[in-house]
Parts: sequence; C-alpha cells; structure tokens
Amino acid sequence: MRKILVALLALTVATGTVGLFAAPKATDGGKVLTIYVWNDEFQTRFKDYFEKAGLVPKDVTVNWVVTPNQDNAYQNKLDEALLNQDKASPNDKIDIFLVEADYALKYVNTDASLDVIKDVGLTQADLSQQFQYTKDIMTDKNGVLKGVSWQGCPAGFIYRRSIAKEVLGTDDPAKVQAQIDTWDKFDAVAAKLKAKGYFAVSGYDDDFRVFTDNAKLSWVDKNGKIQIDPNINKWIDQTKTYTDKGYNNKASLWSAESSAGAGPTGKVFGYFGPGWFIDFCLAGWSKADPKGPDAVGNGTYGDWAFTKGPEGFSWGGTWLVAAAGTDNISLVKSVFKKMTVDQDTLTAIAKDKGDFTNNIAVINKLAKDPKFGNKFLGGQNYYGLLVNSAKAISRKNITSYDQGFTEELQKAFKDYFDGKVTKDQAWDNFYTAILEKYPNLKK
Amino acid sequence: MSQATNKTKLFSKTALTYLLLVILSILCIFPFVILIVNATRFHSEIQKGFSLAIGSAFGDNWTKLLNDKNIPVVRALLNSVFVSTCASVLTVYFSSMTAYGIYMYKFKIRDAASNFIMLVMMVPAQVSTLGFIRLIQQMGLMDSFIPLIIPAIAAPVVFFFLLQYMRSILPYEIVEAARIDGSNEFYTFNRIVVPILSPAIAVQAIFAFVANWNNFFLPLLILNSKEKRTIPIIIAQLRSADYLKFDMGQVYMMICLAIVPLLIIYLFLSRFIIRGVTMGSVKG
Amino acid sequence: MSRPIAAKKRKTVEYSRWGYFFIAPFFIIYTIFSLVPLISTFYNSFFENYRVGLSQVGPTFVGIQNFISVFTESKIYIYAWNTVLLWVLNFIPQIAVSLLLAVLFTSSSMNIKGQQFFKTVIYMPNLIMASAFSMLFFALFSDGGPVNSIVMSAGLATDPIRFLSSVGWTRTLICIMNFMMWFGNTTILLMAGIMGIDTSLFEAARIDGAGTGKVFFRITMPLLKPIFVFVFITSLIGGLQMFDVPQILTNGSGNPDRTSMTLIMFLNKHLASRNYGMGGAVSVLIFFVTGALSLVAYRATMRGYRDSGAAN
Repeated sequence: MRKILVALLALTVATGTVGLFAAPKATDGGKVLTIYVWNDEFQTRFKDYFEKAGLVPKDVTVNWVVTPNQDNAYQNKLDEALLNQDKASPNDKIDIFLVEADYALKYVNTDASLDVIKDVGLTQADLSQQFQYTKDIMTDKNGVLKGVSWQGCPAGFIYRRSIAKEVLGTDDPAKVQAQIDTWDKFDAVAAKLKAKGYFAVSGYDDDFRVFTDNAKLSWVDKNGKIQIDPNINKWIDQTKTYTDKGYNNKASLWSAESSAGAGPTGKVFGYFGPGWFIDFCLAGWSKADPKGPDAVGNGTYGDWAFTKGPEGFSWGGTWLVAAAGTDNISLVKSVFKKMTVDQDTLTAIAKDKGDFTNNIAVINKLAKDPKFGNKFLGGQNYYGLLVNSAKAISRKNITSYDQGFTEELQKAFKDYFDGKVTKDQAWDNFYTAILEKYPNLKK
Repeated sequence: MSQATNKTKLFSKTALTYLLLVILSILCIFPFVILIVNATRFHSEIQKGFSLAIGSAFGDNWTKLLNDKNIPVVRALLNSVFVSTCASVLTVYFSSMTAYGIYMYKFKIRDAASNFIMLVMMVPAQVSTLGFIRLIQQMGLMDSFIPLIIPAIAAPVVFFFLLQYMRSILPYEIVEAARIDGSNEFYTFNRIVVPILSPAIAVQAIFAFVANWNNFFLPLLILNSKEKRTIPIIIAQLRSADYLKFDMGQVYMMICLAIVPLLIIYLFLSRFIIRGVTMGSVKG
Repeated sequence: MSRPIAAKKRKTVEYSRWGYFFIAPFFIIYTIFSLVPLISTFYNSFFENYRVGLSQVGPTFVGIQNFISVFTESKIYIYAWNTVLLWVLNFIPQIAVSLLLAVLFTSSSMNIKGQQFFKTVIYMPNLIMASAFSMLFFALFSDGGPVNSIVMSAGLATDPIRFLSSVGWTRTLICIMNFMMWFGNTTILLMAGIMGIDTSLFEAARIDGAGTGKVFFRITMPLLKPIFVFVFITSLIGGLQMFDVPQILTNGSGNPDRTSMTLIMFLNKHLASRNYGMGGAVSVLIFFVTGALSLVAYRATMRGYRDSGAAN
C-alpha cells in the first residue's frame, strides 16, 4: 500500500512531464511554413527549385529553424518543439522537419510524423519511382510510410586517379574495381600502396559504414538488448591491422587530418562515400585554392574517380517528414511532390547539385547520358554504377539508436586502435557510454 | 671581498629571476600569438604547417565566419554581452544589498544568515543543476535567458568580498548621520553607501562579467536554439565536428572572437583589475 | 521617563527589521533557484526517470537502486580519481611557482623592474574563456597542428606526436591550461599577503643574520597561512568542479580510455540524456564528497584567519 501511495505521490509531485506523445490534428491555411533543419542543404534546393518556380503562395512566409547537429542539439530542439506542438501558436507550429537515417525511426515510430499517403496525400503512383530502401527506412511497424527523400545515397569508393595510375597501373574505374572487389583484394592493394608511401584510407572510421550497412543484425533487438553483428568485429580487426601496418593515417573521420589527406599534399588513396560526400566534403577538401575554380589543377580536384569497392553500402540521406499538427497540409503536399516526385526537378537537382536523386527513371536516363559527368571525378558519369546498388540496398537492420551506436563505437575503439587500451577495455568503455546514452537498453 | 660575492650572488639571483619571468611570459603569450597568426591565414596555409608569418586571410576568414549561417557569431556575441551585463549588474547590486543588510543591521537571524551564505559558497553549483533544469522546464523557461540572469541575484562569493570590503571601509556613522537627516534606509543605501563601495563594486562587476561571459556548463544545458546561443556554446559546436567544410582559418578566427575582446578590455583596465583581485579580501 | 526609552527601543527594532528587507532578495532567489532544486535533485535520485526518443520512462520509485548502479556499474571512483589527480597535478606546480614569484617580486634586495608588465601578462590567461582556450589547445596540439609542425621541423621527432591520443599528454595539457589560467591570480594574492606582513619583522630577521631561506620558512610562510589556505580552498573547490577544459579538449569523452573524465563531465552525460534518476544520484554523491572536503577546508581557513588575526 505504501509503495502505491509513494508512487502516486511521485506521479503527482515529481513534475508533470509528458507521457507518450499525443498527436494533434493537421489543418490547412496557415501563414507560416516552418521547416526544421540542421544545415542549408535542403534550404538551397528548396530555394532554387520550389521558390524559384513560384510555388510558395504569396501570403505565406517560409521560416527556417536551423539548429546544427552537434551534441544532439538539433534533435533536442526538435523534440521540445514536437512535444509542444499542441500548445504552440499557429505561426510556430512545425510543418516539415528533416531527419537522417541514423535516428529516423525515433520519429517514424511515433505519431509525431504524418502518414505520407493518407495524411499528406501522395499516391502510390507518385512513390513508385523512388528507390525502395528510401521508403523502407521511413516505414513504421504498421507499414505506414512516414517520410520521403529527394536523394538516394548508394555509396562506393572514391579514389585518386593519379595514385591509382602510379601504384596499380591504371586509373580506369572498371579495372580498378577488378583489383578491389573483395576485402582480401583490397588488403593486398593497401599493402602495395603502403610500399609506395600512400595510405589506403585516411583513418579509423572510413569504412565503418560499409561494414555496418551490410550487417544482418540490428544494433538492438526487440527487447532492448544490444547485439553486435560479426561485421562489426570484422571492421574492428581490419582497422587494427591497417593501423598497425600503417595503411591509414590514424585520423578520425571529420578531423582536419582526415580531410587533409584529400588535399594537395594528401597521401590518401581514397574515401568511402556516396554522392553527397563528393559534393559536400571531398570537393572542398581537394582544392588548393579554396576561392579558385572547381576545375582540374586546383589541388586534387578532378583527379578522382568512383567505383563500387569491396561492398556496396549506403550512407546518410535526408528525409522530409510532415509534422503532426501542421497547419499547412496542402503546401506540405506540394513541397513533397515537387521535391521528391517531380522528375524534371529531380533531373535538375542531379545535374546542378550532383545529388543521386531518388527517382529510378531519372537516374537511368542520366546514367545513359554521355554529356552528364561529374567534374570532380574527371568527367566520370558514375550513376550507372550505382543504380543496381541503390536498388539492392536493404536497411532492415535500422534502429532509432543507430546514431548513438555509431558515435560511441568509434569513440571507444579509437583508443584501441591507438594502442591505449585492450579490446576488452574498449568494449567495456563502449557499453558504459552507450548505457549512459540510452539507459533503457540492456547489455 | 664578501661584498663582491654578495653582489655576484645578487646578480645571478636577479638574472635567474628575470629568466624565469621571461619564460613564463613567453608561455603565457605564445598560444595567443599562434592564435592570432593562424587567424590571418587560409585553411590550406594552416594545413601546410606552422609559420610565424602573418597571412592575408584575416578579412577573408572574418567574412566567412560572419556569413556562416551555422555559426551565428554576431548573434552569439550580442547574446553573451546581454546575458553577462544583466547578470553582473544584478549580482553586484544585490550582493552589496545583502552584505549591507548583514553588516549594518542587528537582527535576530543575522549570524545564522551570514553563516548560511558562507556554507552555500562551499556547495558546488552543479549538484543542484538537475533540479534546476526540471524547475526551469516546469516554468517553461527552457531556451530563455531568464534562468541565466535572475539567479545571479544570489551570488555568495561576491557577497563575501563586498562584506569584507564594507568591514574595512564603511563606518556606521555615515548611515546614522543620514538617518538623522531624514533619509530612509533604501535611499541611504542607494545614494550614499553604494557610491562609497563603487571601487569594489566595479571590480566585482568586471569579475562577474567575465565569469558570466565564460559560463559554459549551464547555458549548454538550457539554451538550444541558434538565436540564443552564447559564445562558449558556439566554441563547443566547433569542437564536435560537422561534415560541412572544415575550415581551420574560421576556427581560429572564432576563437579569436571569443578571447580577444576581453583581452583588449583587460589590457586597458589591467591595473584596476589586478588591484581588485586582492581588494577587501586581504589587507594591503 | 519610560516613554523616551520605549521610543528609542522602537526605533532600534524598526531599523533592525530593515535587515530582513535587504537580505530578502538573496534568500528568495536562492531558495527558488538553488535550494528547491537541490532538494529536488535529492528527491529525483530515488526515481527511475529518463526519456527514450519522444516518450518518457518513469518517474517510478526505485529507492536506492540508482545509487547502487552508480557504485557498481559506473566507474565513478575512476572519475573522482581523475578529478583529484588533475587538480593535484595542477595545484602543486602552481603554488610552487606562485610562491616563488611572489617572493621574488616582493624581494627588497632584488627590486625587479617591469613588475606591472609581468603581472599583467601572467594574470591575462585568467580571463580567457576556458572553453575557447581548450579549443585553441586542441587546434594547436592536434596531430597536424602547429606544435607538431614546429617539433618536426626542429627535428625533434619524425612522426607527429599524438598528444591527444596519449593519456599522459592529455592530462598534462589539461593541467598546463589550468596552471596558466590560475597561477597569475595566485601569485597576486600571495604577493598581497606578503606585502601585508610587517616589514619590521623582516628587518629584525636580517639583523639577526637570517638568510633568505630561513626568512621564507620561518616568517613568510607562517604569516602567509591564511592566504595560503584561502587559495587552497578556492582551488580545491574549483578543481572538483572542473568541466570546461577537459570537456572541450576531449569532446566530452574524457578519452583516451576515460582517463580525463571528471566528476562533473560524468554528471553532464546524464543531464544531457535527461536521465534525472541517475543524474540525481550522481549529484547527491558529488554533493557529499565536495561538501565534506569544503567543510574541512572551511574550518581550517576560519581557524587560520582567527589565529593570525589577518582577517578583519
């Protein structure tokens, strides 16, 4: 009895925080379209293809709420806003928010996201040309689609042509692919690169995604128990071997050292990544003169090529989600349609921005287009290489905890690769950190 | 003969002392030199290696940083200034008020109150952060400046300094004279006592401003929208990488912005500030 | 006869009541924003309460379960050790150098010139934002940073020294930063303390033929005790709360191997994941540890103050 009383007391006294999320109704005719993002990627595309086409009604203003991703700030802000959606004034209500694959499920599996077909109004026909995995990721446990994307992110290995010529004797993508299409062959090539003073990869985390994406087990099972797929161990062992043999430059992903490897004085053979990695990252890192032209000769720009690598995988991607309680439902539908369904728009985005857009027909057409090449890749048209990968990607192992697992595993094992702790200690640290982050999981 | 050895001993002692001082000074200045030099170089130049030569990218890094929409520097500067100013004003005013209350009036719980405040000083603020955050959430004040400013009214350390100062410099007679002249207590405090305390108040205000300017732990937990961030949070943002183009020139420029304004103010007021370190806490 | 006295009594009572008004703002604000939260923190530590995604787990009463988890599953004793170690490694050099400098600056025989300049320079790092300073050091000492650049071009090493991957170096860098930020402040305080010592004592000692060492240990140090203790306490309290510097330098991880994770960094992890149950338990433990240490140190200061009569 006492326990019940105490529990009751607890419930009333220990502050009123929200229990489960309660879904407010979607309405129309709002005057402010509020979009939550963490960078300007979608913003630029929205401006160039939606606003320029005059599709924003004259009496509506678009309000971009930008919160960078660091330290979970974006999700924190998004969560607070979603939990307050009911009480928010019409102009503050979120209409669209963007999510990444790594934490998409957190929102997909709640009522905070709207059914793309039933609530937003897209049709099966509209969605038919989208790559299946982009839809799978955003489908909740009842089979309802909760978000759409304009881009697919099949990924491969982007390598330096000049280094390939010097060490492998060729820079032709097909021939290079033949030399690295299994991990054993990749290891052999790494040894050859080392002999000539080059690094196979820039650091520890470069091929992490290749392994995790192809893992069969999800990070967490239905009961909240943590699972470690054998692929993870493969990554750990491979990276440790590479580090000890000097095949990598001991850098952590996104560090200055890692990006320097692609620059004018860089000695890194290649990076694993999808289309956006080229446009958003490598292009900038490769240039000697940052203000100079995007052309061959400016640092290593143009001296790269794309190939599938030992395994296909996907990395990242940004999805649009309609927020429950939005007050601009028809405008949201219009945005979704124009930016993720309309083939002309998707073709334009592919041509201008280099995105691998989420439309099978568009990609097929572009793959066959002899005039469509990527300047950074020395004019190579790599879309054809990726269509089949994109169709074959399965993200069945996705969970809403992926982001945390990725971060903590990489952090914990950096010490192991550096030789500071044993493997067991690294695992120990990993579990400590992950349970701090997600107290509801079990070892 | 002994005078000569004494002189050489003195000389070598002095020389060694100067050497020590110079080494320490270099240690203190060196990081800032590198900071400022690197803030004037391009990212690519910085990657190439270290050099003491000043580059030409100052304007460039400056404009890039100011235009970077993800790092709202100007906004953060304004926020930091606003929060720090408000908080430090409240801190010094109410600390002097509280210290005056303890000093001037003999009331029943006077000693208990004073000891309580001293005790409070010993408790690290972070242990009540949890409850503080919950309270702020309940009040609906998350992501606002109010939780960073209003609690500044209760500042035990500043209270302690001002109390010590009062004890050494404020005679009871002044207040009694004012009473006879007919002024009420608040009037006396504001118009007579505060001006007398102004040197200590000014110094403590500076220290409070600096402490608030540099405050990282609490703002990190309370502020999250881009418009409200203060400078230390922006710095933390820089540290956890984002896959946008990593520009070391911008990074150095950002650190410059966080550090240099205070440094310049300090250099102008250095005598005053250094004197203030010991004001009231120690005689002399 | 009784009326004037009664009137006088009324007046004193009236005035003393003003005391309550003057201290009211402090106590009201403190109660609302510090005392209540402190109690709330204690209260929360007995509940399981955290957020998963958009939903809430708890609050459910779990008694001392959180405390048991903290002691058995977390490595809080490691973090406590790190915190103390980082403080000691910073404080000892700091107090040594500061004492030395204070004595040298105030030495009448040497008469160091340019004191104002040196004082300005050594105090300067105190004003630096700890997080920015830490970020700067991170940039300077990173694998491809300026320090490695200098070291390699000077031929002292062929490969870059990976400072931030080394336990010893990471801790050393943290201590160097704390040293730089505080030794100026300590020096100035000690200088003031020395200057407050009656010079006749020094003269008497010199007449008696005492050398510098004897003067230092027999006269200066004992009379400096109150200041020394003050510095010791403030440094200890600050050291136990160390957060900004290691947090930024190691990006919140305290790596390598959590060897630089301090108590407050650990607390911050729970606060950031809004785990009010565990966060509460950790806060309570930190409260008791630091409270106990502070109380001990406080008693020592007060005794020191009273003994030497240097306080007012």
